[in-house]
Amino acid sequence: MSVTKEHSERLRREDVRQRWLLSVPALITIILFAAGPLLVVLLFSFMERGDYGGVKFGQFSLEGWISVVFTKDIFDDSLILAEANLSIFWRSVKLALLTMIGALLVGFPTAYFIANRPASDRNLWLFLITIPFWTNLLVRTFAIMDLIRNTGHINRTLMSLGVIDEPIQMLFTDGAVLFGLVYVYLPLMVLPIYASLEKLDHRLVEAGYDLYANRFQVLRHVVLPGCKPGIIAGCILVFIPAIGAYVTPRVLGGGKNMMMGNFIEQQFGPARNWPLGSALSITLLIIVMVLLIAYVRQDAKKGDTDAQ
Amino acid sequence: MPSKVKSFNLRRMPGFTPIALAIFVILYAPIVSLVVYSFNSESSVGVWGGWSLRWYVSAWNNEAIQRATLNSIQIAIISGAAATVMALMAALAMTRTRPYRGLTTKYALLNQPLMVPEIVTGVALLIVFARIKVWTGYTGPAYIFLAHTAFCIPFAYLPIRARLIGMDLTYERAAADLYAPPWATFRYVTLPLLAPGALAGFLLAFAISLDNVVISEFVKSGGQDTLPTYMLGQLRRDMTPEVNAAATVLLVISILAVSVFFVFNRKKN
Repeated sequence: MSVTKEHSERLRREDVRQRWLLSVPALITIILFAAGPLLVVLLFSFMERGDYGGVKFGQFSLEGWISVVFTKDIFDDSLILAEANLSIFWRSVKLALLTMIGALLVGFPTAYFIANRPASDRNLWLFLITIPFWTNLLVRTFAIMDLIRNTGHINRTLMSLGVIDEPIQMLFTDGAVLFGLVYVYLPLMVLPIYASLEKLDHRLVEAGYDLYANRFQVLRHVVLPGCKPGIIAGCILVFIPAIGAYVTPRVLGGGKNMMMGNFIEQQFGPARNWPLGSALSITLLIIVMVLLIAYVRQDAKKGDTDAQ
Repeated sequence: MPSKVKSFNLRRMPGFTPIALAIFVILYAPIVSLVVYSFNSESSVGVWGGWSLRWYVSAWNNEAIQRATLNSIQIAIISGAAATVMALMAALAMTRTRPYRGLTTKYALLNQPLMVPEIVTGVALLIVFARIKVWTGYTGPAYIFLAHTAFCIPFAYLPIRARLIGMDLTYERAAADLYAPPWATFRYVTLPLLAPGALAGFLLAFAISLDNVVISEFVKSGGQDTLPTYMLGQLRRDMTPEVNAAATVLLVISILAVSVFFVFNRKKN
C-alpha cells in the first residue's frame, strides 16, 4: 500500500479507537454482572456480620476470615479449630482428587479408544463424548439420582433377581457424589488427552515393539510420557469444577455430604453469616485461580514441545 | 498370502476398548432411562406400564412447570441473543489486528466468567442485586437476563472468534477499495461471511443459559423460577413423572441446539 508513514499511523490510531468502542458493551456487561461483584464479595468478607443476614456496613471485622477455620469455645470464648468446617474442606479436596483420579482411570482408555478409531469415525465418537457435557447438568444428575435411589431401577433389578433382599443405600453417600462428579466432568479429561494422543508419533510405538517391549512397557514408557501434557491438563480441568461443585453434592449427597459450594450457600441461606460465606468464596476463588495459572503455564509448555 | 497368525496390531491395548465402550454405555444409560420413563403410562416411577404421553400433558397443565419452562426458554433466547451481539462486536474489535495495548487484559476479562466457580459468581450477584433491589425497589426479571448475558458472552465469543480468524481481509479490502463505507462493508461483506459463526455462538450461549441452575438460583426473585431451579426446588419431594417429562423436554432442546451448533461449527473447516 502506498500511503505515507504518517497517514498510516493516524489510520492505525483511529482503528484502535474504533476497536475499543466496539468491545465496550461486552466488557461493561462482564464488569458489572460478573467480575465487579467479586470485589464486593471481598469487601463483605471483612465486615461485621449483620443480625438477620447481610453485613453491618462500615464496620470492619476479621470475624468472617477467622471463622473459616476457627470457632469460639462455648465456655470460655477461646478460639478452637472448627472441626465441622475442616471436615467439609477435607471432603471437598478428597472428592475433587478422587474425581480427578477416577476420571483419569476411565478417561484415558476412552481417549485412547477414540484416538485409534479410523479418522472418519473420530468426530462422531468425540461428538458422543461431548454431547452430554453441553446438555443440562441438573437433568443428568437427576437421571443418576433416579437410577440409584432405593426405589430406583438398579435396586429394583437386583432385588427382583434375588441378589439382595434390602435396597442398597447408594443415594446420599460420598460414593454417589464421586460417581456423579466423574460422570459430569469426564469429557474435560477425555478431550485434552485425546488431543495429545492424536499427535503421538506412532513410529515411536513401533520402535518400542521392535525393541521387544510388551504392550504394558510401550504404554508405560512411550504412550504415557508422550501424552503427559494432555494428562496434566485434563487433571487440572477436572479438579477445578469438581472442587467448586454445588449441584452434584446437593442432589446426590443430600444435606449431610456437603462440599465447599454447599457450605458457602448455607452461609447466605439458613446460617445468615455473609462475612463467613464471602471469606469462603474468596478462598475457593484463590484455589481455582492458582490451579488455572498452573494450567496456563502447562499449556504454554505444551505449545513449546509441540513446536519442536 | 493368507496367514493364520493374526497380524500384530500396534495400536491395540488390552482392555481399553471394553472400558471405553462401557463408559459410553454408562454415559447414556441414565439419560435414556430418564427419557424412556417419561413416556411411562404408570404413575409409580419404577413400574413400566406401556408408552403414553400422559405425563407430558399433565406437565403442560401444571401451571408452575409450564411457566418455568417458558421462562427458561425466554431467558435463553433473549440473553443468548444479547450475548451474541456483544460477543460479535467484541470479536470484531479483538481479532485480525496487530496487538495493541490492553488487548490481553480485554481477552482475560472477556473470559472471566469461564474461570470463576459458578457458586462464587452466584453469591456475588446475590449480594449486589440484594442491595440494588432495596435501593430501587425493582425486583423484575432484568437481573436474570443481565446475569445470563454476562456469563454467556465468552461462550458466544469462542465460535465467532474462530470464524473471524479464518476469514481473511481480502473481501473487506476490496469493498473498501470500491468506496463502500465501513457500515456497508460490514453489512454486505463481513456479516454474511460471519453468519455461521454468529449462529453457532448463539446456539452455544442458548444451551449454556438453558443449562444454568446455580446463578439463576441466587439471582431469581420469587415467582421467577426457571425449569432447572424449579426442579431443584422439587428435590425434597418425591420425583414425579411430570418433572421427568419436563426434564426430557429441556434435554431435547439442548441436544438439538448443541447438534446444530456442531454442524455449523464444522462447516467452517
